[in-house]
Amino acid sequence: MSGSMLFKGSPGNTAPWQTTDALPRTPEGNGARVDHIVVLGLVPPSARVLDIGCGDGSLLALLRDRRSIDGRGIELSRDGVNACLARGLSVIQGDADTDLENYPDDAFDVVVLSQTIQATRNPRIVLEHLLRIGRQVIISFPNFGHWRVRSELALRGRMPVTEIMPDAWWETPNIHHCTIRDFVGLCRLIGARIEHATALDASGRPMRFSMPWWVWNLFGAQGVFLLRRGAD
Amino acid sequence: MDTQPDTALRPDPIDETAGRLSEPSQALDPKSLVMRFGTDAPLRTDAGVELAPFQIAYQTAGTLNAAGSNAVLICHALTGDQYFAHPHPVTGKPGWWETLVGPGKPVDTDRYFVVCSNVIGSCMGSTGPASIDPATGRPYGLNFPLVTIRDMVRAQAMLLERLGVRDLFLCIGGSMGGMQVLQWAALYPERVFAAMPIATGPRHSAQNIAFHEVGRQAIMADPAWADGRYLEEGTRPSKGLGVARMGAHITYLSEPALHRKFGRRFQGGSAPTFSFNADFQIESYLRHQGLSFVERFDANAYLYLTRAMDYFDLAEDHGGVLANAFRGIKTRFCLISFTSDWLFPTSESRVIVHALNAAAAPVAFVEVETDKGHDAFLLDEPAMFSAARGFIDAAARARGL
Repeated sequence: MSGSMLFKGSPGNTAPWQTTDALPRTPEGNGARVDHIVVLGLVPPSARVLDIGCGDGSLLALLRDRRSIDGRGIELSRDGVNACLARGLSVIQGDADTDLENYPDDAFDVVVLSQTIQATRNPRIVLEHLLRIGRQVIISFPNFGHWRVRSELALRGRMPVTEIMPDAWWETPNIHHCTIRDFVGLCRLIGARIEHATALDASGRPMRFSMPWWVWNLFGAQGVFLLRRGAD
Repeated sequence: MDTQPDTALRPDPIDETAGRLSEPSQALDPKSLVMRFGTDAPLRTDAGVELAPFQIAYQTAGTLNAAGSNAVLICHALTGDQYFAHPHPVTGKPGWWETLVGPGKPVDTDRYFVVCSNVIGSCMGSTGPASIDPATGRPYGLNFPLVTIRDMVRAQAMLLERLGVRDLFLCIGGSMGGMQVLQWAALYPERVFAAMPIATGPRHSAQNIAFHEVGRQAIMADPAWADGRYLEEGTRPSKGLGVARMGAHITYLSEPALHRKFGRRFQGGSAPTFSFNADFQIESYLRHQGLSFVERFDANAYLYLTRAMDYFDLAEDHGGVLANAFRGIKTRFCLISFTSDWLFPTSESRVIVHALNAAAAPVAFVEVETDKGHDAFLLDEPAMFSAARGFIDAAARARGL
């Protein structure tokens, strides 16, 4: 797929957000998890889904209740795992950087990595594992190319602190920030096929207009990608 | 593995009069329910023996519902027993898992029918080396066949069948009990709805076998052991069994916990006595652990059960691939490990988790932060309780309980 077409969607296909209009919307200002509704639109019914960095399990529970998926999760924090247990979810306390290598190839229909890749030690290896474990990979991340980020750096000379990147530089878990354009570069490097991509604005809504990619990279607060292993 | 770590300190060395009176009577005539299996229902063991007749001592709590869907099997650890929620007949201590099991507890006896049986080969009323061999009229001693974790599980399955329990809502246990839980899932996957193996591993590690061997050699080095015939000779290898327990007990704790509880504090003073008396509180504590253990446990049973754990290797039973033990399983798992457990460290639980993932089984896993070591599963660990409650309640909803 060529770069200029990446974020427009194909004319014949339904863009992910157009299938989710009837579903409840994430409330405004709901921090980093605003991409769940978009993910819901991308996951086929009854899929086997692995959610990495699943937090309190709200996405897995949503997918279970709306898509009847067979879900699994990995979460670093014990409180998160406990919350998942109470929801009846099968979640293991673990780390995306160390645990993915133990999953067999094609173990899941869909692997979801929400707002986590920028916090891993080795995003490339993590992404390669995701593509190996899942037939499809849904990945979302905060766009470090967003205009507010750029202006914080350019005008104030400060590391940006935003709603989806709320921590100061010295305490943030996000050690590998990237822009939407950077991420596309990594996908190319490892031969991942981008099946779909969208950007969410600062309030978490998918950007509705077809725009050139640089607009997305400037105005998208998050990128959401649907990937597959390359054919080769 | 310990029932209730006791902080009462007794400085006496272990002497050979300890443990003479109480334990044989519990082995033969336990103060609990007993299910007897005749020669028509032998236990076919992994060693190729048909053990018959034999008996299984057990306790229950709660009531089996009309659908038979609320049965819970508790699997006890190496030196545990069936008194999970009942006072111990020898020590008088409360049930060993009353922290987790009881009315309103995560394993709620108001909702579930809970069964716990003394494992085959033990000494609290189930047939073991202290039992009478019907062929000779004398205690089995070392003529008792070696038993395995799988034999324990087979015997439990026979008991449950007699109790009218077709399948288990939950199978739960820690340490050697966790091995039984894993074995249950591997042997009878369709009969286990939910499984909670705690502080356990898919096999006994070389280091753990080594610790067990030291304990066994301590018992066998005691002249009173008399080649395993001490019951006939009227002696007890109390010193050997006590030393075995002292060594093992260290492995159930952790260095930080020992430091927190005892440090280098002196017993009954602030200076060394320049002798081999129990100067340090930790020495006194360990001696007490050894002493109280020999009052309730049979030395040969200790040999047999440690051996059963040593032989446990679930992957080896399935072509060397642990995931094959769980192929196609529907059972939902929740594993728990403890950060300071160096007997069954978190890495052992992770091996099981990875195998279950590879087998596409539904698995949850929590590592509980604690300095209490392996024995944490028997203690007041709120993080373990909340994980257990969340998992069990959700499983009950899924089961329609």
